[in-house]
Amino acid sequence: MSPTDAAWIVLILPLLGAVILGLGFRVWTGRVAGLIGTASVGLAFVFSLVSLFSLLGRDGEGERQIASSLYDYATVAGVDVKMEILVDPLSLIMLLVVTGVSTLIHLYSIAYMKGDAGYTRFFAYLNFFVFSMLVLVLAGNFVLLIVGWGFVGAASYMLISFWFRRGTATSAGIKAFVINVVGDIGMMLGVILLLRHTGTVDLLETFAIAEPTFGPESGNTGALTAGLLLIMVGAFAKSAQLPLHTWLPDAMEGPTPVSSLIHAATMVTAGVYLIARLHPLMELAPTAQLVGMIIGALTLLVAGTIALVQTDLKRVIAYSTMSQIGYMIMGVSASVYVAAMFHLVTHAFFKALLFMAAGSLISAMAGEQSMDKMRGFKKAMPFTYGAFIIGGLALAGIPPFSGFFSKDEILAGVADQGGWYWLLWAVGYIGAFLTAVYTWRMIFRAFWGTPVPEAVELEGGHLHHAAEHRNPKTGEIEDTEVGFPGPEHHIAERARPMKIAMSLLALLATVGGLLGIPHVLMPLEHFLEPVFHHDAPQHVAGGGVTILGLVLGTVVGIAGIFVAYRLWAVPPAPKDEAARQRVADNPALEATTISAGYQARFAGLHRFFLNKWYFDELIDLLIVRPVRAVGRVSRDGFERIVISGTLVGGTAGTVRGASALVRRMQSGYLRSYAAVTLVGAAAVLIYVLIQS
Amino acid sequence: MSSGWFLAVSALVFGIGAIGVLTRRNPLLVLVSLELMLNAGNLALITFARMHNAAEGHIFAMVVMVVAAAEVAIGLGIVVALYRNRVAVDVDELRELRG
Repeated sequence: MSPTDAAWIVLILPLLGAVILGLGFRVWTGRVAGLIGTASVGLAFVFSLVSLFSLLGRDGEGERQIASSLYDYATVAGVDVKMEILVDPLSLIMLLVVTGVSTLIHLYSIAYMKGDAGYTRFFAYLNFFVFSMLVLVLAGNFVLLIVGWGFVGAASYMLISFWFRRGTATSAGIKAFVINVVGDIGMMLGVILLLRHTGTVDLLETFAIAEPTFGPESGNTGALTAGLLLIMVGAFAKSAQLPLHTWLPDAMEGPTPVSSLIHAATMVTAGVYLIARLHPLMELAPTAQLVGMIIGALTLLVAGTIALVQTDLKRVIAYSTMSQIGYMIMGVSASVYVAAMFHLVTHAFFKALLFMAAGSLISAMAGEQSMDKMRGFKKAMPFTYGAFIIGGLALAGIPPFSGFFSKDEILAGVADQGGWYWLLWAVGYIGAFLTAVYTWRMIFRAFWGTPVPEAVELEGGHLHHAAEHRNPKTGEIEDTEVGFPGPEHHIAERARPMKIAMSLLALLATVGGLLGIPHVLMPLEHFLEPVFHHDAPQHVAGGGVTILGLVLGTVVGIAGIFVAYRLWAVPPAPKDEAARQRVADNPALEATTISAGYQARFAGLHRFFLNKWYFDELIDLLIVRPVRAVGRVSRDGFERIVISGTLVGGTAGTVRGASALVRRMQSGYLRSYAAVTLVGAAAVLIYVLIQS
Repeated sequence: MSSGWFLAVSALVFGIGAIGVLTRRNPLLVLVSLELMLNAGNLALITFARMHNAAEGHIFAMVVMVVAAAEVAIGLGIVVALYRNRVAVDVDELRELRG
């Protein structure tokens, strides 16, 4: 089977799953739906492997980049749009990550979502998401790329708002969708701008003529830069980069498997993939690359500082995702494509794992997400604790876990450019330090210390159920149909599918680094090389910088963990009897005792970070309110008076007035109708007689 | 006998029918008056056919008779249905179609 044939099958399978589940949601309400959903994605993963081995069977650069077209989708104004996929090592890596991680998360969801009223609907959405993501990844031209791009946005919207009776969830969904549409529009404009100069939407054709069309001699570099910057707006919106990032933390309103799959492992990395995909163009536009690098560096720093002070477990991981994607964006913008893609892969493993573990923990707390209320789960949930440790070590970049190798390679590549790029390198390591601190803050706070009642309950063998279901964000009481946590909910310790999925991811997070140990073992680099090497100079950092980076990364990571340990793991003895009583009443308070001192000392800074650098307020002030004001003016001044009053109301009024006249004639008296008919006939007759 | 007489009779009968339709309030009588008008029309048609020595008028008269028969059947059906629904049969009270 050729790689593209297998890829077509990969594309079709999740769509089939979504359609079957979408139509049969009344028939399969139970476990079968989960199995169908998982099987369709699992099979897609198998066929991705088939495609991989088929591609590995070919050698040479040209032969490993295969486009396959089913039919002409549209031919308009000289532009030929085909239903076309492009299979090459880059898209194949994404294919494997997307289908592989999706399979595990589907497996996890079988148990996690059990008992939810929308069980089948959930799997139908999830399958649709996988299909959309595959369209995006496999797209052979800009049109399909935009289609996939839009589809994942829609799928993300549906999944964030999955519990549609929860107000915060629906508004988070709308926010995500609106910001993503801003990105979509940017991307579409960018593509149109490029199309004006290239005359083709096909990716390979565009790359082939990129140099003569946009090269330094052509005089079109400005147009290229503008086009790429617009496309990058799309990439930033989807990948939650500044300033279009505000939707991602809110997206945590969705069920945890959704956060794990869409908002950590796959969809949010689409922006990274997009920039890597368009690398022949990016190489010709240094300005666009510079913008990407700076945005990536800023994002990783800002997100890291915010994650330090947030108390919502899932939001901390969400900010961590933002920050890690900042690394990737910085990497692909600095032409360190292989390392960035490597980080994308390893990040998908350990971040999906962390979210799954967080889901398990939230289940044990019966839906409570605030870390202020978690404490001492170490004994009650050893498996989840282990998963957190592995994910945390990988995220903090401690050897030999996967995060260790990928992050430092990106930073070495950035530093390799010399000059003030060392500043970005330093920012990267500050970010790495923050990463270690907030990750381990999370672990120490949730697992160490005196167990909270929920943990004690679990140690006694009973899983805590909330007496009344409250919205984790606002605390208001909700009806149970919102779903989670229903009367039967699950934790990793007790549900086999969740355990299997997490074990496999933990394994991958541990050994994933083998895909690319700098200068020693680099199968990923060799695999991706044909895509990147011949038209983009791969910045292979000097050995010295890489080694320095690896050492520094380790030191920084360990230092971060140590700081977190000092701050949150070992609480000081309560000073007096009153303090001791307070801690006894609320064991979770213990975690905050030391950091509370720092919070008091840096109150301003703490408030600044806690309020997420006031980005939401800034966007609200600069965009939301002006738009709302314009909307109000046009509604009150234009819509109501001109449209509704004059045009629509006027037409309706005229018709009503005229019909009021006509209506009088409809008296209902049979004899008056007969009389009118008779008089009319007589009048016609007389007229005819006069005429003749 | 000249055709004029036939036409005069036809016009007379038509007038009587028309006045009947307009003045009578009992649906049965309205139908009877309508029948008169139709037959007056038939008489005129046949008269004209004879005047012009053409067959079309006869055929038309036949068609009108068929239509009239169908109309009476339906009309009487309606009257009977009305009579069942409400005892007083008065066309002025049948004003459901009023605008």
